[in-house]
Amino acid sequence: MREEKHVLSMLVDNEPGVLSRIAGLFSGRGYNIESLCVAETMDPQVSRMTIVTKGNEPIVEQIKKQLNKLINVIKVYELTGQEYVQRELAMIKVSAKPEHRAEILRIVDIFRCKVVDVGLDHYTIEVTGDEGKLAALLNLLRPIGIKEIARTGMIALFREAK
Amino acid sequence: MELTGAQILMKVLKDEGVDTIFGYPGGVLLDIYDELAKTDIRHILVRHEQGAAHAADGYARAGGRVGVCLVTSGPGATNTVTGIASAYCDSIPIVVITGQVPTHLIGNDAFQEVDIVGITRPCTKHNFLVKSTEDLGRVIKEAFFIARSGRPGPVLVDIPKNVGNKKIAFEMPGEVKLRSYNPTYNPNMRQLQKVAELVQKAERPMIFAGGGVILSDGAKELTEFARKNQIPVTTSLMGLGAFPGSDPLWLGMIGMHGTYRANMCTGKCDLMIAVGVRFDDRVTGKTDSFAPQAKIVHIDIDPTSIKKNVPVSIPVVGDCRITLGHLNTLTDQIDPNDLQQKRKSWLDQIVEWKSTRPLDYEQDKNGPVKPQYVVEKLYELTKGEAIITTEVGQNQMWAAQYYHFERPNRFITSGGLGCMGFGLPAAIGAQVACPDELVVDIAGDGSIQMNIQEMATAVQYGLPVKVVILNNGYLGMVRQWQELFYGKRYSSTCMDCAPDFVKLAEAYGAVGLRAEKPSEVVAVLKEGLFSSKTVIMDFRVAKEECVYPMVPAGAPLTEMLLV
Repeated sequence: MREEKHVLSMLVDNEPGVLSRIAGLFSGRGYNIESLCVAETMDPQVSRMTIVTKGNEPIVEQIKKQLNKLINVIKVYELTGQEYVQRELAMIKVSAKPEHRAEILRIVDIFRCKVVDVGLDHYTIEVTGDEGKLAALLNLLRPIGIKEIARTGMIALFREAK
Repeated sequence: MELTGAQILMKVLKDEGVDTIFGYPGGVLLDIYDELAKTDIRHILVRHEQGAAHAADGYARAGGRVGVCLVTSGPGATNTVTGIASAYCDSIPIVVITGQVPTHLIGNDAFQEVDIVGITRPCTKHNFLVKSTEDLGRVIKEAFFIARSGRPGPVLVDIPKNVGNKKIAFEMPGEVKLRSYNPTYNPNMRQLQKVAELVQKAERPMIFAGGGVILSDGAKELTEFARKNQIPVTTSLMGLGAFPGSDPLWLGMIGMHGTYRANMCTGKCDLMIAVGVRFDDRVTGKTDSFAPQAKIVHIDIDPTSIKKNVPVSIPVVGDCRITLGHLNTLTDQIDPNDLQQKRKSWLDQIVEWKSTRPLDYEQDKNGPVKPQYVVEKLYELTKGEAIITTEVGQNQMWAAQYYHFERPNRFITSGGLGCMGFGLPAAIGAQVACPDELVVDIAGDGSIQMNIQEMATAVQYGLPVKVVILNNGYLGMVRQWQELFYGKRYSSTCMDCAPDFVKLAEAYGAVGLRAEKPSEVVAVLKEGLFSSKTVIMDFRVAKEECVYPMVPAGAPLTEMLLV
C-alpha cells in the first residue's frame, strides 16, 4: 500500500502534558511526524494541533483512532481529501554578498516575501505559503547560499462551503 | 466544610464505594495514611508495590469493581509500573494513587522524586498530576470514571505532599463530564442487521470471544446468542469463562496453545464473529492466513482494536453485552430447524476433530507427575468452581487448557503483558474481593519466586490462598522453545537452585505440602485445598514436559505441533 502524506487537524485540551501524550503515541507506535504545530485557539482551554504524518491508509486510520482515544483529544479532523487551505511560515537567512543582493530582492518581490532583517552579508526573509511555494523559493535561494532556516510546519483549516 | 487534601481523598474514595486499598506507605504519604487509619477502608499492606498493583488487578477482576492501590513517590511509584502495564494490556480498571514530592520541589531531583506521570503515560488509560488541593476531589472522581467506563483500564493519580495537607473548603464534586471522552456503548443497528443476515446465511460460523465480553458482563448474552444460533465458541486466554466449558458448542481456547478443533475451525469457518477481542499475535499466528475463508465481524467498544491487526468485513463499535443483546433480538426470527440443517455437517466435523485430536497427555502410574494431571485433578476436586489465578508460562497454559471454566471472572491471568509474578498477588486481591471463595494460584517454580514475598501478606491477613507450584526446575516455556527451536540448547533456563518451598511456606507461617509421585497428587491437593490456611503445594513434575498443541510463532494457526 502506498504511503502518503496526511494532514490532521485536532482540537485538544490546552494543558500540560498533552503534547507529550500525542508525541509519545507517535513514537511509541512507530508513526511518523513530518511536522507538528500547536497553539491556543479562541477558547483558552483548547489548542489546535496540526500534524502532518505519512503512512498508508490503514496506518492513518489507526493514527486517527488512537488520537481520538486519548482523553485530552477533543476532536480529530483529517484534511487530506477535503477542501482546505494550508500555510507554512519560514524564515530564511541567506548570505547576501553585494553581487547577489539585487537578485535576492527580486526573488523576494516575485514570491511576495518580506525582508525582516538585513546585515552587511545577509538578508533574513520571511515567507508564507504552501509547501510548493516554499520549496520553489528554497530552490532559487539555495545556489545563493542559505545560512539558516526556521520553519513553522504546516497549519491548515477547512474551506467553508461557498 | 474545611478539609485537608488527605481528608478529601478519603471522602471521595468512600463516595466511590472503595472498601479496600492495597498499598505501602512512605514519606510523602504520611498525611494520607494518617487519615486512612481513621476510616473504615481496609488497607492491605503488601510487601512490594508491584504486589499492590497486581492485587488491585485481581481484586478488580474477581470482584467486578475498581481496584485501588496507594504507594509512595519514587521507588514506590516505579515498582507499580509492571502491574499498571499488565492491567493496561488486559483492560482492568484500577486506580493507582501515588504520592509525590511537594509541588515546589517537583523538577528539582528531590529525594524520592520521579516523574511517574511521564513514566506511566504509555501504560495507563489516563493519568493526572494534581497540582492543587482544589482539583483533588474532581480528579479522583474523573479517575474512577475513566478507569471503569468504556474500555476499562488503569488510571494513575499523582498527589504531591503539600496537596494532601493543605486545608480548603470542600464540596463533593458532581457527576463527571468530560467533553473529550464519550465511549460508544450503543452499536449501529444497521451494521447489526447485516450481522444477523450473515448469521442466518453462514454454514460454518464460529464465535471468537475475548476479555471484552467478561469486562462488559456479557457472558450471559454471549451464551444465549451462541446456543440459539448454534454457533460454536472459542475464546482467547482472556475470554476463558465467557462461555461455559461444559457446553457442547465449546471449542476450547484459540491460538498458539489453543485446541486442535478451535484452530481448525478458524481455518475453515465462513463467518467469524469476534467479540471483545483484539487479535493478539498469540491468537492469530500468521495474520495473512488467519480465518482465510471467513467474513469477519468484529464487535468491540474500542475502535482502535478494530482493523488493527486483521481486516474486518463488518466493524461494530459498541459495548459487547449491549451489542450481543441486540443481536439476540435480531436473530429471534431465524428458524431453528433451518439452522440445524445448515450447521449439521459443520458441527459434526467439529465433533470429529474433538474426538480424533483432543487435548491429551499420558500419566504413567510410576512415572513422574505430569503437570497436566495436577491441573486436571485440581479441576475435578474443585468441580470447576475455584477462582484460578496463574503466573506466566507453561503453568498458565496448562491452567487454561485443563481447568474448565463455567463462569466469567474465575480465571485471572496476565494475558497481554504476560507478567511473571502476577498470580500470587492477584490471588490475594481476588481472595480479598471474594472471601468465601476458593482461590488458587497455579504457578511455576520460576514465576512464583518473582513475588514470593506476598506470602507474608496472605498470612498476615489470614487470606487462605492456595499456591499450586508445577515445579519442573526450569523456566519451562522458554525451555520448551529452546527444545523445539534452538536445538535443545537450554541457555539460562535451568533453575538449579530453588528454595525448599515446603520449608519456605512454613517460614512464612503458611502450610507447605509436597507431592513427588502421581499417587500423592490427589491427597496433597485435598489436604491443601481444604485447609483453612494459606498453603503452598509443591508438585515435582516431569521436567521436560511441553505444552501442546503449539503453533510456532508466526505460523498459520492450522499448522500445529501436536504431541
